[in-house]
Amino acid sequence: MSTAESSNKGGAFAKGNVEETAASYSDRKEKVQVKSKKAIHKVQHEQRRREQAILDAARAEVLMTEEAGYLEAEGMERTYRIKQRDLKEHLDISSADKIFDLDLQEFGPYSMDYTRNGKFLLLGGRKGHLATMDWRNGNLTCEFHVRETIRDVAWLHNESLFAVAQKKYAYIYDHTGAEVHCLQKHVEPTALGFLPYHFLLASTGNTGKVVYQDVTEGSVAGEHRTGYGECHVLKVNPYNAVVNLGHSNGIVSMWAPKQAQPLAKILCHQGPVQAMAIDRTGTYMATSGQDGRLKIWDIRNFKQLHEYKTTRPAHSLDISQQGLLAAGYGANVTIWKDALADKVKKPYMQRTVGGTSISDVMFVPYDDVLGYGTDKGISSIVIPGSGEPNFDAYVANPFQTKKQRQEAEVKSLLDKLAPDTIQLDPNFIGRLDPRTAVQRQREAVARQQQEYTENKASGQYLDNTVRNRTRGRNSTAKRYKRKRQSNIMDLKKLQEMELLEKRMRDNENKKRKVPEAEKGALSKFYEQKRKSN
Amino acid sequence: MPRNTDPSLHGFERAREYKRALNAAKLERMFAKPFVAGLSGHIDGIYAMGKNPWDLDSVLTGSGDGEVRLWSLSSQETVWRAAEAHRGAAKGVCYVPGGNTDRFLSVGADKLAKVWSRTESAYMHDGVTPEPVATYQGKSAFSSVAHHRNRPMFATGANSVEIWDVNRSEPVTSLAWGADSVNAVRMNQTEVNVLASCGTDRSIILYDLRTSSPLAKLVMTLSTNAIAWNPVEAFTFATASEDHNAYIFDMRKMDHASTVLKDHVSAVMDIDYAPTGQELVTGAYDRSVRLWDFSKGHSRDIYTTKRMQRVFCVAYTMDNKYVLSGSDDSNLRIWRARASERAGAQSQRERGAVEYADKLKDRYKYVPEVRKVLRQRNIPKGIKSAQRTKNLMLTSRKNKEENKRKHSKPGSMPRVPERNKPILGVTHK
Repeated sequence: MSTAESSNKGGAFAKGNVEETAASYSDRKEKVQVKSKKAIHKVQHEQRRREQAILDAARAEVLMTEEAGYLEAEGMERTYRIKQRDLKEHLDISSADKIFDLDLQEFGPYSMDYTRNGKFLLLGGRKGHLATMDWRNGNLTCEFHVRETIRDVAWLHNESLFAVAQKKYAYIYDHTGAEVHCLQKHVEPTALGFLPYHFLLASTGNTGKVVYQDVTEGSVAGEHRTGYGECHVLKVNPYNAVVNLGHSNGIVSMWAPKQAQPLAKILCHQGPVQAMAIDRTGTYMATSGQDGRLKIWDIRNFKQLHEYKTTRPAHSLDISQQGLLAAGYGANVTIWKDALADKVKKPYMQRTVGGTSISDVMFVPYDDVLGYGTDKGISSIVIPGSGEPNFDAYVANPFQTKKQRQEAEVKSLLDKLAPDTIQLDPNFIGRLDPRTAVQRQREAVARQQQEYTENKASGQYLDNTVRNRTRGRNSTAKRYKRKRQSNIMDLKKLQEMELLEKRMRDNENKKRKVPEAEKGALSKFYEQKRKSN
Repeated sequence: MPRNTDPSLHGFERAREYKRALNAAKLERMFAKPFVAGLSGHIDGIYAMGKNPWDLDSVLTGSGDGEVRLWSLSSQETVWRAAEAHRGAAKGVCYVPGGNTDRFLSVGADKLAKVWSRTESAYMHDGVTPEPVATYQGKSAFSSVAHHRNRPMFATGANSVEIWDVNRSEPVTSLAWGADSVNAVRMNQTEVNVLASCGTDRSIILYDLRTSSPLAKLVMTLSTNAIAWNPVEAFTFATASEDHNAYIFDMRKMDHASTVLKDHVSAVMDIDYAPTGQELVTGAYDRSVRLWDFSKGHSRDIYTTKRMQRVFCVAYTMDNKYVLSGSDDSNLRIWRARASERAGAQSQRERGAVEYADKLKDRYKYVPEVRKVLRQRNIPKGIKSAQRTKNLMLTSRKNKEENKRKHSKPGSMPRVPERNKPILGVTHK
């Protein structure tokens, strides 16, 4: 786990503590036992450059044009009492237009997804209705009906492709609504997640499996049985691309495509996990269970921080870029501010929808808007201070042109990460292993020996599994190999060595001359035995 | 474009940077096309080469049949030639220094040294050999020639090193320390009164022209084929040795080599410094040209072609962008000094991308995956098998020595550094 680094991330770029950051960096300079002046100079130079980079980055914050602002109450006012229609009066026209309801009575309840730049909205009705749109100006890009159940929808890397979890399989459609692929490896999917840097589409479903599919080449990057039965909750941790699944026995398990076992498991609830959300720094996770609790976790050390109560179990959760927590339960949407690190008593904002229930909530990236899906359509409300005010045009650009989108697509494909780079700590790559080659080998042998003794104690390996092969043992190649590999210890070799030792011991015992005193009355047999040999 | 440096916006920074480094390494190898051109014209192998420090375009070559040619590198053709400049091989060629001079020297196995002029000894047409401006008669077959940087004098190597004044028909001085024939002679172009020569008696001798006497003599285990002075640091020189290695020496302290350049699998025939003094090029009897960083013991690149034979002379061009090689197969070859670099002007954006890629490669060069891509070369079977054999021999020799050391009195067999191994002794005068 990388507790130290992750906690440092926020602080390093906060405006106020530029000098402290630099100072703490130089404190970290350790006395290294390096003889070469050249190497020392190089390291020092690098360290100076890093310090400078931190200062420069902090100074560059002056150039950011936008600032985050929250709703502030005066006197007896409470922010959670402010209604959207009150807010609308005070907003500028373009922001006020972001408060709207789409009345879609027939095919709900709706699940939804926004693209990474927040420009496009994908909505899928349970009864088969699909639509994509540029939601700010209300331009519909495509709309069609698949004539079967839709359980979840997800955009892929940009607005040109999206995935839909349908009755039997997952499907990929393009921006015109044409079916591009039918993903038959995803059987009865219930939840989808997309890993944008790895170009993997992850799904889980009624079969209780988690399936990863590489959307660039179509291969299945991983398929693991969870062993906990059908699963409805899947969320991707944006910090390390680990897929978190919420199971019906209250466990949240974390998966990587190339590991058949979960990286970690947490028992979160006494009863099925209902919804989950992870913040973008990979520090906090919010889970809600059928037991009516809404818990906040520090997922760097898998510990619970605190819990909130909702009147009914929260059916969907989301955490905004600025760390606002939204929960949809029953006919209510509640938003908490600063609710992750510490427990707050009162919510930030609230909305109750009459005569329906909330099926999905999602904050819009780079905008102060929350979208939610209900049985009767979708709605969009303004939550001041929820989105990141300053976007980076090379990461996600809400004002992207067609040309920019195409270029970004090519660049991101070039930088596509291999599925096996997914770990709990994404910074393991490029980190120096300070052990020497000898140390590493020694540790490996020690580990194997320990494993061997443990397995042997549990009776897993029996001596008679080792065959005494004589034929073809002394070929030139084998002799060469034996000579080369004299220092390589593996399980088989350890077993063989032990067996050999045992045989030698037995032979020694056979050859041993038994003193007369030990023979006693049986001396006759000793003689006979030797003769028969 | 608006930027935001908040790290939580830039996910997987390290992993993506690593991926970019790997891509950069792969692209470098993809674009590595070092061979520019092969210039044919000579009938026999090329055994001598002389570059003009004042002109990027021209280079001189001398071949085994006594022909001397002047090439234009930009138009890739011969611009001047003397078909029978020498009877027997033309063993050495060099320019007469000076920005506006068009003269150059050639020496041959026929004991003659000739001065040519591009304009005065005009090349008419094939079959007519131009007349030299001046001819000097030596006592024995010449092996090498070098001109003084700023005085009208030149040095030749034959049975001894001889210093000639261009106005006199006899050598001014004859320098010798031990009696044997000289392989190569080089004038220092910065510290202009220092001269280095190497001979078949395995010696490298430094002379001072002011006193016309030798300064120091270095005896190696095997003889040296060529010498090159560092154009930036006047006191360092590099030698191409018969023992497959090249060595860099500091003339002030010659009891050890400052760098040993090890990679060739056959005798190194010629060596030349880049004009920056940071890089070197060597040509060897194993039919390969290698490029080196002055501070690293192993080559950074190897250039071979199917048709290139034993390489006898190499040169780094004065713009630091190309290397030239002359070989037994009578071709003069032009190579890029950096295999994947492209000629021509670069846009700001292109240069930025190239610099970023270089930085990434430098940063991740020790990571196994990147290192493998950057270091892998397809080299000819002959060199590969020779490498294998050589490696085997060296390891068994080393093992034997270690075994001996193990069984002898502690301290009686001290370990000798590689830098000292080839040096038998240094004598100062």
